[in-house]
Amino acid sequence: MTQSTVQERVIGILAEQAVLEPSDVALDMTLDDLGIDSLGLVESIFAIEEEFDISVPFNANEPQASDFDISSVAAIVTAVQHLLADQA
Amino acid sequence: MTGRGHRVVITGAGTINPLGTDVPGTLEAMREGRCGIGPLDIRDVDRLSVKIGGQVRDYDEAAHFNRQQIALYDRFTQFTLLAAREAIGQAGLEFTGALADQSGVVFGTSGGGLNTQDENYRAVYEEGKNRVHPFIVPKLMNNAAASHVSMEWNLRGPAFTVATACASSNHAMGQAFQMVRSGLAPVMVTGGSESMLCFGGVKAWEGLRVMSKDACRPFSLNRNGMVQGEGAAVFVFEELDHAKRRGAQVLAEVVGFAMTSDASDIVTPSKQGAARAIAGAIRDARVNPDEVCYINAHGTGTAANDKTECAAVADVFGHHADALMISSTKSMHGHLIGGTGAVELLACIMALRDGVIAPTIGYEEPDPECALDVVPNVAREARVEVALSNAFAFGGLNAVLALRRFPT
Repeated sequence: MTQSTVQERVIGILAEQAVLEPSDVALDMTLDDLGIDSLGLVESIFAIEEEFDISVPFNANEPQASDFDISSVAAIVTAVQHLLADQA
Repeated sequence: MTGRGHRVVITGAGTINPLGTDVPGTLEAMREGRCGIGPLDIRDVDRLSVKIGGQVRDYDEAAHFNRQQIALYDRFTQFTLLAAREAIGQAGLEFTGALADQSGVVFGTSGGGLNTQDENYRAVYEEGKNRVHPFIVPKLMNNAAASHVSMEWNLRGPAFTVATACASSNHAMGQAFQMVRSGLAPVMVTGGSESMLCFGGVKAWEGLRVMSKDACRPFSLNRNGMVQGEGAAVFVFEELDHAKRRGAQVLAEVVGFAMTSDASDIVTPSKQGAARAIAGAIRDARVNPDEVCYINAHGTGTAANDKTECAAVADVFGHHADALMISSTKSMHGHLIGGTGAVELLACIMALRDGVIAPTIGYEEPDPECALDVVPNVAREARVEVALSNAFAFGGLNAVLALRRFPT
């Protein structure tokens, strides 16, 4: 799985959650920029887990406590890449 | 009769929950700040990411019920019947004649016979069986507990079940209160029960990502979510004059109830919705807000609930919010979902009758957004005139009860 496809697939998931076109999602955008709230985030993480068959460590009560960085689209892409690398 | 109708008192209480198999045992655990939460002992726990819960441990159904009863009683019904036995036994009531015809049952539960559903879905889907036991439907239905209590004690008046997720018990007890107050029933057996600690029950909650993997720490800055519990509590709500005529012992008086709907979000709580319910219960009770000394909080230990609940309390009480005590006993018994308000009402009775405030255990770090007196870690003695019990459910449904000390 190449890096660009991971990025495209993550952007595809976030775009669908945000009801945007993938082309409207930029790497430096935050979840706030995308209009994804805490419930939307939990759904997005579920979609990422299903898409990549990985387990994402995330507790909605302490989003900062997790290694899974959700501060921007790029951070989420990197976090997914790390989880995939750990799994390989 | 007062302006609003008859006065309503509690003349019996019973329970089985992670802290104890009866009321005295449970109150002793609450006084000592004991934790009933521990490693889950259920089938397929290795496939769960949340592996803790407030389970009723060392429970042997065969010690309480015969084979025919067990075929009909899901775990939530068994818990209800055991709690009802203690409550109705304490009240010393026998339901015959007109009293039986007029008295009823209203219970709260959210999942009903979820264990029965889980076991039988497993049988037909996972194990490929094509046949299930003939009584699965009457065993799993949400009204099973209410019906079996009505049958066992001959309660022939209004009987039904309320399902409003985490507020089910408070909504049920609110109905019971209003029915006795209005003169519709002289006695209502009420409370709630839950038994969701099965693989499917916990797995569904895991999905929300609001569960803690280590402890329930309400109001503490380092809280990281809720922990599920199971069990039941049952109360006898009785019209005061009826109780007096037969010389019944009164545990506390129920003086107010209010319910509101946030009408905003299916899971995110609203400060306004909670505040309206708290203020409504105080108004309904016709007490001065300053008389409220203790609130048994909804206090789930999630980031969202606890700060929202504290903000609602601050809004309603103003300066008095800093003088009153508010604790969450979920830190000890976990979140019993549809049964939680019932078990938590025991803490209110202890505060009013015994003058002991149950603590919020697991409290480690102050949270500036929960800057109230949460009775951290150690129980406290205090004379309490009026106590409230909060319940705020998913779906934005809020139900608050107000109780007053009954002079002995």
